[in-house]
Amino acid sequence: MSDALAQVFARTRSEGRAALIGYLPAGFPTAEQSVEIIRAMAEGGVDIVEVGLPYSDPLMDGPDIQSAVELALRGGTTTDTVLDVVRQVSESGITAVVMTYWNPIERYGVDRFAQRLLEAGGHGVITPDLTPEEAEPWITATASRGLDRIFLVAPSSSDSRIGQVAAVTSGFLYAASTMGVTGARTQVSSAAPELVRRAREQTDLPVCVGLGVSTGPQAAEVAGYADGVIVGSAFVRRILQAETPAEARDQVRALASELAGGVRAAQ
Amino acid sequence: MTLLDSPAGHFGPYGGRFVPEALTAALDELEAAFDAALVDPSFGLELTELERTYTGRPSPLTFARRFSAECGGARVYLKREDLNHTGSHKINNVLGQALLTRRMGKQRVIAETGAGQHGVATATAAALMGLECTVYMGEEDTRRQALNVARMRLLGAEVVPVTAGSRTLKDAINEAMRDWVTTVDRTHYVLGTVTGPAPFPRMVRHFHEVIGREARTQILEVEGRLPDAVVACVGGGSNAIGLFSAFLDDPEVLVRGYEAGGDGVETGRHASRFATGSPGVLHGTRTYVMQDEWGQTMPSHSISAGLDYPGVGPEHAWLHDTGRAVYEPVNDAEAMAAFELLCRTEGIIPAIETAHGLAGAMRLGRELGPDAVIIVNLSGRGDKDVSTAAEWFGLASAGADSSGGRT
Ligand SMILES: Cc1ncc(COP(=O)(O)O)c(C=O)c1O
Repeated sequence: MSDALAQVFARTRSEGRAALIGYLPAGFPTAEQSVEIIRAMAEGGVDIVEVGLPYSDPLMDGPDIQSAVELALRGGTTTDTVLDVVRQVSESGITAVVMTYWNPIERYGVDRFAQRLLEAGGHGVITPDLTPEEAEPWITATASRGLDRIFLVAPSSSDSRIGQVAAVTSGFLYAASTMGVTGARTQVSSAAPELVRRAREQTDLPVCVGLGVSTGPQAAEVAGYADGVIVGSAFVRRILQAETPAEARDQVRALASELAGGVRAAQ
Repeated sequence: MTLLDSPAGHFGPYGGRFVPEALTAALDELEAAFDAALVDPSFGLELTELERTYTGRPSPLTFARRFSAECGGARVYLKREDLNHTGSHKINNVLGQALLTRRMGKQRVIAETGAGQHGVATATAAALMGLECTVYMGEEDTRRQALNVARMRLLGAEVVPVTAGSRTLKDAINEAMRDWVTTVDRTHYVLGTVTGPAPFPRMVRHFHEVIGREARTQILEVEGRLPDAVVACVGGGSNAIGLFSAFLDDPEVLVRGYEAGGDGVETGRHASRFATGSPGVLHGTRTYVMQDEWGQTMPSHSISAGLDYPGVGPEHAWLHDTGRAVYEPVNDAEAMAAFELLCRTEGIIPAIETAHGLAGAMRLGRELGPDAVIIVNLSGRGDKDVSTAAEWFGLASAGADSSGGRT
């Protein structure tokens, strides 16, 4: 496991709080602006960033992230752009992982992608459509380089399945709070606490909850039972609604500090 | 055959499951229900009875005498899936999956559709079995297959036009997957072809094997021997695998699939996965995909909505790599020429998808010569394509008929 993620969770635990994890697709709205927005996220209090790799068929994403990645792809974002965004934000001292559908990694070359990510300063990859059954080459490529492999569990996952997924996961386990696609929701699913409880019976990994978190109070609620709170669509929506790049950064920074307040307010 | 060496759910290096974890439990449940049904005689009996009394099986094998003359004199037989209830092979798979839906205790089905034939078949089975039904269809396809949109709505289904991406079949599958992941506890996704995550490719193939089984018996009856070749159009590949399946173990039978060449492979506007694609992952399975150097899916193009798809079933990928089957592109123009020819020589209006297979038979017949026996899967009828064809042939005007008499 990469030391970086372990250190983040050691620190947040010592502070008696959950980690805040923010997602942004690279190249959205442009490559340069996505770097600046990620820096604003970190300034606002995000502990780990997920740099999204835009993909043509985002079948696990709701309308906000679909629009964002479409824009990024139209702007010419490629896998190399993503790696370069990772490099730039890592150089600013930000702890970054990549979130991507599987095909772009396979196409880039599994070993080559892992190597370039390591060189760019990234610490791991979240792979929402890679199942442990298909992951052998990926496990080899990441294990030899100390990159974290973050797999997902869902409310429908059986206990034994959670154990199976956790066995190949490192860094943290991503618990999808709800059966559904990404997107801000007015309520975080009631299935989430139960899923986290079941996950803890199977693993000692930090368990982070994503899907549907968009406000400080929601972050506080989730931070009450999870090791990390993952927020994506809410950031993307603020950027989509912003009139200028400066406004986008300000909005993102403001949301990040609201959420950072939330993870510190949890009981 | 070769499948013996592959791990479960795979065809050589192809197939498998690349899906969000939220779907794993549903796919496991489906696989268990399917495997239990396979060994339950009552399931087979119920399906066979539906095929006989509802679909109208067995479908005939028609000797196409006048059409054969245009195929280098090879003896061309048409496996008449167009005569099935709802007008295509798609009903074979849908009835099987609808029975499984009931067995799993789910009340709702969803489907993607390109040409609309799979959507119509799903809406039909839903009506028959009292299930709710939602069909996702690319907006571009709702326009070019408007007749089928009306049919689905008449049958009580909700049709959702998909405006994302290229607004065709690929995007309809994305949207159906998004629905499924949200509603999976009460919804079954009736995938319409032999692609997607395991167990779909194996299961959909199973429900279409009836095509090949019947065709084999029928050709042995009329010709007293196996055909020299079996031919089909290949979108996702369901009608093709249904016919091919009965002949794969007979090495003397040539197996030929025809994919959409669109404006021509050289123009980049086509759906020729084998001619231009490479192995990748799309819609939950590893297979040949039209993709750019970064693994982004490339848009496909075809006059035929049902073949307008940048991926293909994983078993076809394996049949291609092993050389057991050969796949070639057929351009829009070549397909439409075959379409017209079948109308005028046999009095059968085929689906434009099917016309690609017919064009393939013409090519192959000329290659094999007059002693050859060829079976073409006539996968569907062309009512849905009348306006596209009228536009193509310039027949839309109400003026005097100048297009000549019989050919
Ligand atoms: C009549 C007909 N033939 C063929 C196809 C292509 O599908 P497949 O390759 O799965 O048979 C379709 C799909 O819509 C169809 O309607």
